[in-house]
Order: sequence, then C-alpha cells, then structure tokens
Amino acid sequence: MAILDFLFQPKNELEEGGRSALPAQADESEPEKVCPNCHKSIPLSRIWAEQNLCSCGYHFRMNARQRLAITADAGTFAPLFDEVSSSDPLSFPGYRKKLETTQVSSRENEAVICGTARIEGEECCLFIMEPYFMMGSMGSAVGERITRLFEYATERRLPVVGFTVSGGARMQEGLVSLMQMAKTSAAVRRHSDAGLFYLTVLTDPTTGGVTASFAMEGDIILAEPGAVVGFAGARVIEQTTRKALPKGFQTAEFLLDHGFIDAIAPRRTQKKLISQLLSMHREARDNG
Amino acid sequence: MADTAYEKVKAARAAKRPTASDYIRGMLTDFVELHGDRRFADDKAIVAGLARLGGRSITVIGIEKGHSAKERVAHAFGAPNPEGYRKALRLMKQAEKFRRPVLCLVDTSGAFCGIGAEERGQGQAIAECLNELSALKTPVISVIIGEGGSGGALALSLADEVWMLENSIYSVISPEGCASILWKDASKAETAAQYLRLTAQDALELGIIDRIIPEDGLGDDIFFTRLRAVLSGRFQALCAASAEELLERRYARFRSIGAENAQ
Ligand SMILES: [Zn+2]
Repeated sequence: MAILDFLFQPKNELEEGGRSALPAQADESEPEKVCPNCHKSIPLSRIWAEQNLCSCGYHFRMNARQRLAITADAGTFAPLFDEVSSSDPLSFPGYRKKLETTQVSSRENEAVICGTARIEGEECCLFIMEPYFMMGSMGSAVGERITRLFEYATERRLPVVGFTVSGGARMQEGLVSLMQMAKTSAAVRRHSDAGLFYLTVLTDPTTGGVTASFAMEGDIILAEPGAVVGFAGARVIEQTTRKALPKGFQTAEFLLDHGFIDAIAPRRTQKKLISQLLSMHREARDNG
Repeated sequence: MADTAYEKVKAARAAKRPTASDYIRGMLTDFVELHGDRRFADDKAIVAGLARLGGRSITVIGIEKGHSAKERVAHAFGAPNPEGYRKALRLMKQAEKFRRPVLCLVDTSGAFCGIGAEERGQGQAIAECLNELSALKTPVISVIIGEGGSGGALALSLADEVWMLENSIYSVISPEGCASILWKDASKAETAAQYLRLTAQDALELGIIDRIIPEDGLGDDIFFTRLRAVLSGRFQALCAASAEELLERRYARFRSIGAENAQ
C-alpha cells in the first residue's frame, strides 16, 4: 500500500498539471479549433482548460499526459518501464527516422505510458496510450510495456486501468508487432486468472490489433462518447462492401447497442466512475 | 519454386494450392464435421470437427478458402466472421474438456471485413480466441498452409508450436495494404512484400515460428503421410507434458517476442 508514497516525482511540468493547466486567456493570435459537432471556433487554451471538451459535449482527442493529469490524483503517478524502447526488428526502411521525429514532436518515447497511481485514492496500475505517437500503434515496445504492467500488477495484486487509443498494429515491425497481440492477451489472462480486476476505457479511435486484443479483454469495458471503436477501418469496409455504412457505425454508442461495451463514460464523470468501480473490486483483491 | 517474397505471396494465394479440407482428407481419418457457434450461425469459412491423426483423436479447426470460384464464394474466400471464431472457440473449449489435442490449419487473407462482422464484434471474437488459447489446457499446433493474414490468422495461431509451409506467408498487413499506406500505390506490393519479411524463412529467423514444412510433392499422398508423421510425433511429445508445463512454455514462447529491446 505504501509503495507509492515515496515514488512520485513529476518528470516535467506536463506531468505536474498537463497542458490543461494553462490559463484560459485568449489573445488575438491564439490558435483556435473548430468543433466538428457544433462548428463553433474555440481557442485552444479554453479547450485544454475544459478537459478537451466542447461546451456542446464533444470530446476532443487528448494526449496521454493530459489524460494522466485529469485521471490520476495529483502527484501519485509513478512511471514504470519508460526504458523499454522500440527496436527495428525488420530493419524497415525509414522506420528509425520516423521514430526519432515522432519522439521529438510528441515528447514521448513510445505510444503508451505505464505506471502506478491512485484514482480518488484507489491504488491501481495505469496505462494510457498516446494518440500523437504514430497513432498509438502497437509495436514491440507498447506490447512489452503493457505485458510488464500486467505481470507487475499480478505480482502485487493490483487492478489495472487502461485507456486505449490505437490505429492497430505497427506495420513497420511486421510479425513482431502482430505477436504483441498474443503476448499482451496472455498477460491479461494471467492477471484475470489471479482474480484481479481490469478496466478498459476505449477512447477515439481504438481499432485493429488493439481492439482485437487487450482493449476488448477488460472485465468492464467503458468508452468515451462518440469514440470510434472497431476492428476493420470504416473506409476499408466501405470500399470492400460498396455499401453505405449505417449511421453512427463503429461509435461507442453503436457498440453499446450491440452489446460489446458496458457503458459510455463521459470525461467529466469518468474519474469518479473509475474510482467507484475500483473500490467495488477491492474485496476480491484483498481476499486473493 | 518461389524465390522472391512476392513470388511466395502469389504461391501462397494460388487457387490450386491444397486447402484445409484437402489436408483433412489427405492426412486425417474419420473426420466428423461439427457446425455452428451456438450463438448466431455456422460460418463456412471455418471447417472444423473431430478426426483421427494416426491413432489419436484430435480436434481440427481449419480456415477453408475453396478452389473453384463457386467454392470460394461459399467459403467467403476463407475470411472468417465473428461466428467462425466463436465456433473455433467452442471447439477448443470442448477439446480442452476431453484433453484432446487441437490442430489449426490457417489459410486466410484476414478476418472478414464487413458491416455485420463489426456489428457482431470481430475484434472481441479474435481477442477472446487469443485470451482462451493462451490458457487452453491441451496441446495446440497451428500450421499456416497458405496465407497467414494478420489478426484473423493469429486468432488460431497462439499455439504451443507454429509451423509454416515452405511457400506460405504470415504478415501483419497484406503487401498491397502496406504499399498503399507507404506510397499510396498498391502496385508497389512487390517491394512491400520484401520489407514486411513475411516468408516462412523470415518468420523462422525472427523466432516467430518453430518449423518449416517442405513442399516436395505438395498435396500428394507422400506429402500428407510425411506431415502426419511429424504431427503425430510432436503431439505425442506435447501430450506427455503436464497442463502446467504446457501453459508455462506457451506463455514463455510468446512472452519473449519483442522483449529483447529493453534493459
Ligand atoms: Zn461543440
């Protein structure tokens, strides 16, 4: 229980408050973003200050550090496995360069961050995928970090909370990336067989190999409103079948209707719901 | 004989290449086909049931492409829907109950891509296969006999041993798909096929598979007799292990892939 108390130290100011901590002052030069739902222009700083939500309720995408800041209790996140990095197992042309430029632009070294944290006081292992790192694609580093996190959680009898966002397997790592679906699934299964709780929150977009592995293996599966969740890409399906896609196809609401997720979790009330679910599984863990 | 990666892609997809049903007929006896997922439908892209391999009863699960145009349509070109994976799942659990070894014959360009497949949870169905196979207390051998296309092939390939035919392929994405992402040009599939390292020889080098099956006399009696003998030998060895040992080794087998690049 006490392991977290001495471990936390913010790595940088992003982790401390996240970009959402920026003041909401709009000057004339400030860039704005148009909400795809209500078509209003909103200054970026205001979006950040409002958990990346539009006043109409639209959920903008957010990076992993912002999400960490609104999810974990301040100062409780202790990162794990940051040292696990991407390799280039196929010597795929251009891949190393792409990794380097992505690392600079995203300020992350891979497409997932892992660690331990408290969520409204509830202790857990936490992973958050990064949409701005090669669209959260899963290569060997992502697979290895998530596998280690589940092994760590199984050893210490901790629940796992995971936020997914992914375009799927990382093509540039070929079969090695495909095998991460098998590896992570096996680690999730061991955690589950130990009677431990795993909660996933699917965020926009969660597709391909991540959907077909650990994203869909949670004991309880939540999704953010409007998040696109599916296996095959909608455009590919449209091209292959030459049929018009049904309204709302592959959205969180569509999955709820078809019985594949437990509930929609709007961002504003997410933290409370997650902590409540964690607390309702505390007994199972203590009895193990 | 296929030499370049793309020649192997073409060989793996050739219509005359033996399909799962040919292996079942040529290599196994007393086949009883079992249908349906008990949830929604019977997916013809997966042909599965009980059979004997030599003296041993096994569960066989094959992805079937068919040969003629008519057969290919009937089997949905070997692209399973969620109900296909759920049929496989049902028969795997049944095999576990009776401690019967499982043989998977994998030959698909990928899981079915369609509206219904998404409505019925293609991703969830594949994830459940992976999750269950990782803990299935009976030996599993998967043989990629033609195309091993992405997650739709992996769903039946989380096994104690994974083998590939000499001219089969196994890949995270089709070379055409890779080429259109990289160069917006599917006709550069030949180059993409090289980059992806999708041949049996590549997969063996990368530590993804355990054995390559030579294709001498592919599809004839001697070919099937030889393959049956190799399978019998390996199933015998795997059946001698306790369920615990088996699962420990299966976990370690996949655990090590892509784990070397960290401190
Ligand atoms: Zn709006």
